Amino acid sequence: MAEPTKLAKDDEPKDDATPNVSKVETVKVASEEEAVEVLDAPAQRGEPVLQVRNLVKHFPLTQGILFKKQIGAVKAVDGISFDLYQGETLGIVGESGCGKSTVAKLLMNLEQATAGEIFYKGQDITKLSGRALKAVRRNIQMVFQDPYTSLNPRMTVGDIIGEPFDIHPEVAPKGDRRRRVQELLDVVGLNPEYINRYPHQFSGGQRQRIGIARGLALNPEIIICDEPVSALDVSVQAQVINLMERLQDEFNLSYIFIAHDLSIVRHISDRVGVMYLGKMAEIGTDQQIYDHPTHPYTQALLSAVPVPDPDARDHRERIILTGDVPSPANPPSGCRFRTRCWKAEDKCAKEVPLLAVPERFKGVDTPAAHESACHFAEEKDVVGAA
Amino acid sequence: MSRTPVTKHDEGDGMTSLEMAPTNAGADGAAPLLEVRDLHVEFAVRDSVTKAVNGVNYSVNAGETLAVLGESGSGKSVTAQAIMGILDSPPGRIAKGEIFFQGQDILRLPENERRKLRGAKMAMIFQDALSSLNPVLSVGFQLGEMFRAHQGMSRKDAKAKAIELMDRVRIPAAAQRVGDYPHQFSGGMRQRIMIAMALALEPDLIIADEPTTALDVTVQAQVMDLLAELQREYNMGLILITHDLGVVADVADKIAVMYAGRIVETAPVHELYKRPAHPYTKGLLESIPRLDHKGQELYAIKGLPPNLQAIPPGCAFNPRCTMAQDVCRTDVPPLVPVTELDGTELPGRHSACHFWKETIHG
Amino acid sequence: MTELVSGTGEPTAAGPVPAAPGAEPSVARVSQWTDIRHRFFANKLAVVGLVIIFLLVLVALFAPLLAPHDPLKQDLTQTLQSPGSAHWLGTDALGRDQLSRLIYGSRIAVIVGLASILVAVVIGVALGALAGYYGRWVDTVIMRVADVFFAFPLLIGAIVIILLMGRGVLPVVLSLAIFSWATFARLLRSQVLSVREMDYVHAAKALGAGQGRIIRKHILPNSLTSVLVYATSNVGIAIVAEASLSYLGVGVDPEVAEWGNMISAGRNFMGVKDFMWTYPSLAIVITALGFILLGNGLRDALDPKMR
Repeated sequence: MAEPTKLAKDDEPKDDATPNVSKVETVKVASEEEAVEVLDAPAQRGEPVLQVRNLVKHFPLTQGILFKKQIGAVKAVDGISFDLYQGETLGIVGESGCGKSTVAKLLMNLEQATAGEIFYKGQDITKLSGRALKAVRRNIQMVFQDPYTSLNPRMTVGDIIGEPFDIHPEVAPKGDRRRRVQELLDVVGLNPEYINRYPHQFSGGQRQRIGIARGLALNPEIIICDEPVSALDVSVQAQVINLMERLQDEFNLSYIFIAHDLSIVRHISDRVGVMYLGKMAEIGTDQQIYDHPTHPYTQALLSAVPVPDPDARDHRERIILTGDVPSPANPPSGCRFRTRCWKAEDKCAKEVPLLAVPERFKGVDTPAAHESACHFAEEKDVVGAA
Repeated sequence: MSRTPVTKHDEGDGMTSLEMAPTNAGADGAAPLLEVRDLHVEFAVRDSVTKAVNGVNYSVNAGETLAVLGESGSGKSVTAQAIMGILDSPPGRIAKGEIFFQGQDILRLPENERRKLRGAKMAMIFQDALSSLNPVLSVGFQLGEMFRAHQGMSRKDAKAKAIELMDRVRIPAAAQRVGDYPHQFSGGMRQRIMIAMALALEPDLIIADEPTTALDVTVQAQVMDLLAELQREYNMGLILITHDLGVVADVADKIAVMYAGRIVETAPVHELYKRPAHPYTKGLLESIPRLDHKGQELYAIKGLPPNLQAIPPGCAFNPRCTMAQDVCRTDVPPLVPVTELDGTELPGRHSACHFWKETIHG
Repeated sequence: MTELVSGTGEPTAAGPVPAAPGAEPSVARVSQWTDIRHRFFANKLAVVGLVIIFLLVLVALFAPLLAPHDPLKQDLTQTLQSPGSAHWLGTDALGRDQLSRLIYGSRIAVIVGLASILVAVVIGVALGALAGYYGRWVDTVIMRVADVFFAFPLLIGAIVIILLMGRGVLPVVLSLAIFSWATFARLLRSQVLSVREMDYVHAAKALGAGQGRIIRKHILPNSLTSVLVYATSNVGIAIVAEASLSYLGVGVDPEVAEWGNMISAGRNFMGVKDFMWTYPSLAIVITALGFILLGNGLRDALDPKMR
């Protein structure tokens, strides 16, 4: 995948743990105005809109009350790289503590990255501030997991969906805002007359629609979705997923869809990245990852998903992992998965496997030829698609 | 004492109560381990009454797994609380019904008798192990307490038993960890401790309410496997309460689907997934995305689950149902046996839909 | 109200689920405030509290009209009269009319109670919000200072302040405020800490909202209710404290018609002229109770968990 779309300019990121991602084409700007102009220019279909390079987030662990001293760090995200292309959905899956929600917060600039870059249209957004950062905020929005805490209970739906216009008054003139909010309510399938109601008067699914409407208000290019349906009932999940797919087509959105439910991620994603303990284990198209996984963790994860088909329980192979996920404060040396991996050898404890197309699949025309961070990558069908 | 499962119709209030024919009833036709009959539970809060359970019937045999499937507010957990006798009352109240456990109606037992049943004969596993365990007592003490309280065992013996139990649920280095506190264990390990506690006195019935919902998928698989294995070993009846159609397909023998406080469909597990006989079940099955292929747009059941303070008249599902006719808006559909077109009975299958024939055969 | 959110043990598992969207608009929904008002007035004890406070304020406002005598006028021919037709609640050792003193005493109670809590809330909210929102050293410094005031005995503090300022209403208000703001600061800080982590605050940041807007629109409205509820209950407690200070001789001037002073004056006649201390004590108890009932009623009406 990911053939370099354009030649790189001078200052490309060094020491890349993922040799296969496209080259970053940075754009030099002289002033804030120029930066805003670059950031607001529409992206072309098939171009990478977001390029994440060696992103790291460590949360310091401190001791002491008045004089805090650092005694360690939780390595929530420890050097991940990926691209998001215009108009696609990139799914990120992983178990709790793998760092997927931290990635969302970093992309939203809600957390300060410890190291690494996030390029949006050639600008490293981790280093932006002021008006340029505001322009980024207009274009990258978020939908949150919990519909009960993501809406301010003391604001009306109109105020919640209209808040983006208060913060970015240039997007909608004051007299027009009420109409815009009602339009947005209509777009997400809610009655525009609900504008004066409070969040507690809605069900979980309806609240999630309100959250989506707020995310859409500024007409963003990218929406980061952090577990957007996991708090909803099964029958309501499908409604929200369908809505998100419809909106993607209608507004030409790119999604980063973070979730732990592998079936939903497959349904909505064009490409999928699997995270384990702060690192990307494997990344590829949905078919490559689900039908031709080469990383043992992906295989175990997929095999553990209960399938709604009682006939499958007899012939499906289950890889039951032993033990728990190690603490991100003290991850294993080498490959982070080795402590639970049935293939682990000495090499795995010594060498950190790079996220790259495995040597044996290089140049071979097979769906198994996608990036996988394993020394002993090999294909295994665990879903039973064949 | 011994009741043979019979189908009885009770025309009184338009409500029909039916026993679920057990899928693997003992050859001697012995009574099921647990049988819930026409159970009604209400919650009276201020001036409104919430009808959480409206005539539930189901049964479980020893060694059998019944999955009770439903979304939030379907009444699946409230039914379980009524069986265990841990309903919050007030405001909760069993308005009507019987619960037979090993042949006796436990709703008629005095509270001290019921307390003896809990833990010893029937036990429950909750979704949130962290809040179900006492944070200031070591897990060894909490496990041992079961033996001290119910069997008058000495402290030392109880501790030995606790270690044995922790071994059973495969907690590594049980002897070293017996003095640890709940927060020192991971989520999966805590759920194992909950299972150990439920199994301590070798009960005949286990009710597991969303036991793996809070766990990661790889840990979920471990815990579910363990639970199924122990169930087989002790020949217990298991009621698995869940919203997850995947988990159900993996472990259940038979299924009861609940909607708005009622059972809308019962079936042996393979049958339900192949040929659902209720539009709600059918819609649910069609609305979940698949792991093994990408699929097109998801089928979505329209609308929202009903407000339990104002359940729609007729079939509670009618406002969301694609097959609804006038009769669905007026008459509550009884839970009736489902048959083949030629009238051949399908054992264990019932549907509460006026148009079950069209649903299953159409 | 999904299974993931609500635990299994909760009775709310059967709670109300809003009706289907298509079927809804015909039913006019009540606004948040109407909702709160309904809940408040459905609570009988809360209404009792409100009525007590309402009456108290009326009495304080119209004291000159209601009092049969001048509360300060001494009549040495009519000392220590038992309650009767001339003096409904009797007279004290200086022949002052007890009922009139009781009525005028409500003014001090209301003024000191409200003013001291108001000042304490303003200080506490400002410092608590700073500590909770900015964290780090700001938090450490403010909260350690709060700890000192929290641990300092009110009586000793009041004596120090009166030594500096002399007796009177203002010193009493200040000493009560200075020694109770720490509680409000702590309460608000803990609220801010939890609200700060709510996703709607993250959402506002993600939209590019500035700090001022986030604090004003999102954090304060959602952390203030518990402080306001607690403050309401505490007005009663402040009134008790104010009377205690006067009783102990470190409050307002002993001449002033004030409930603590009245009890203090009746102290020497305990067992003989019990009417002298029982009526003012009763006034204090009823007033404190009124504010506590009102506070509890507000809490139950505003509690988002009940929605």
